[in-house]
Amino acid sequence: MIAKHIKDLAPSGIRQFFDLVLGMPEVISLGVGEPDFVTPWRIRERAITALEEGMTSYTSNKGLFVLREAVSNFMEKRHSLKYNPEEEVLITVGVSEGLDLAIRSIISKGDKVIVISPHFVAYPALVEIAGGSVIYVPTTQENNFKIDIKKLKEALKTNPKAIILNNPSNPTGASYDAKELYKIWEQIKSKDTIVISDEVYDELTYERKTKSFPALDEKARERTILLNGFSKAYAMTGFRLGYACANKQIIEAMTKIHSFCMMCAPIISQVAAVEALKAQRDVLEMRNEYKRRRNFIVKELNRLGMSMPMPAGAFYCFPSIKKFKISSLDFAKRLLFEEKVALVPGTAFGKEYDSYVRISYANTLDNLREAIIRIERFLNKL
Amino acid sequence: MDEILEILETNARVSLEDLEKLTGKSKKEIEKAIKDYEKKGIIVKYKAVINKEKIKNGNGVVALIEVRITPQKDVGFDAVAERIYKFPEVKSCYLLSGTYDLLLTVEGKDIHTVASFVSEKLASLSSVKGAVTHFMLKKYKEDGVILSKREKNERLAITY
Repeated sequence: MIAKHIKDLAPSGIRQFFDLVLGMPEVISLGVGEPDFVTPWRIRERAITALEEGMTSYTSNKGLFVLREAVSNFMEKRHSLKYNPEEEVLITVGVSEGLDLAIRSIISKGDKVIVISPHFVAYPALVEIAGGSVIYVPTTQENNFKIDIKKLKEALKTNPKAIILNNPSNPTGASYDAKELYKIWEQIKSKDTIVISDEVYDELTYERKTKSFPALDEKARERTILLNGFSKAYAMTGFRLGYACANKQIIEAMTKIHSFCMMCAPIISQVAAVEALKAQRDVLEMRNEYKRRRNFIVKELNRLGMSMPMPAGAFYCFPSIKKFKISSLDFAKRLLFEEKVALVPGTAFGKEYDSYVRISYANTLDNLREAIIRIERFLNKL
Repeated sequence: MDEILEILETNARVSLEDLEKLTGKSKKEIEKAIKDYEKKGIIVKYKAVINKEKIKNGNGVVALIEVRITPQKDVGFDAVAERIYKFPEVKSCYLLSGTYDLLLTVEGKDIHTVASFVSEKLASLSSVKGAVTHFMLKKYKEDGVILSKREKNERLAITY
């Protein structure tokens, strides 16, 4: 009954593991991909008022103009990027939809797309659903999970239609500085490859100011689809709101698909997002808190022999379990059953990563501390 | 504000070991910084925020008192304020702009105790022109912590 290309999607072993986790009570989960903070009150309060004011209708396909304008202003202030709010900004239902629209707008059957591994799970899946084929460029712990330019050069020889970049990265927390991004762009610049730059964790970078990919130069701006959203920085995951910035032609194509399958993003979320962009104080407070937890968890995991490069962004770390000679799925299953701690096996993010696990530190310090005690007890049994 | 202060302000009981892991600074550095803050009076004291509504029989009364005073020559409000805030019943004392001058938080075991403090100690001071006493009925939030109900945030245990 089900289409073959859908049936074949995603490794089923991991799905079964997830069902196990979801069915088990009292687990400390380090597998969560969303903030543990609730949305700041000023944003929630605005959403409540929007409902009271009777804002319950559709909006224009591209989204409320005030929000597109606010996004455009934010991009200019943060990254000196100019996007025309009329034609170059689209409000999407989360970055997830933005990603799907971006891929479907530019990928025809058989087109190749470069995905850097370890990768966010949706990248290869969405490329395949769109009929494209994925060229994986794996990164290594030795190279801090960053792109090896030689490997990128090789992959670009296949003449890919697009490359998906994730900066900072889920699951590794690797973050590229301006110089590193220029080096990547130098390779892509002479081709026709379009860059899909997923920067949803951009505001959660801990070491330095970030560079947005389209801000590299005018040509990069023309050839990049910038994706960002409100879920991570403003703790608004349940609002399901993101945005795409790109040239007029691409935004038009994305809007076409969006208008048929989604119509528009929910108006209440859009109004709340306008409020979100008005102040950055909450973001700063949450960022400081994540940074401390990162320092804590990385130091503790290193002490337990789970090594990793220091993650510079997002709220994940991707430590190695090589030392313990056990597959990542077995590690995750046993840790769940024996100590009730959940994490995500590395193979969820690429087949090469069976000796890694993803740990999310978007959790309270008390939970992180307890999780470390349990992991230590577990490792001693291995 | 320094990161150490930020952490201590939300949890004064955090251990030195945790502070070290959270900030990436060495124990020595942290110890020195804290001693310094204590010496300079930046860290004044370490206390627990207690939700007294939940303690049976342990409940005294709290009053917020607006006080209008006549400033004294040369020393202004400070000398009058000092005479007032030295009473142990006065838990906090602020000088404000607006329709009155001092705002006090006064605690006592019952209404009578507070009332007699106001009439005998406070109103009798020659520089006090008037006082308005508000008894507190309920505390919803204290020190940035919501006391009445907790927010729920139930996340799925696993998401990408």
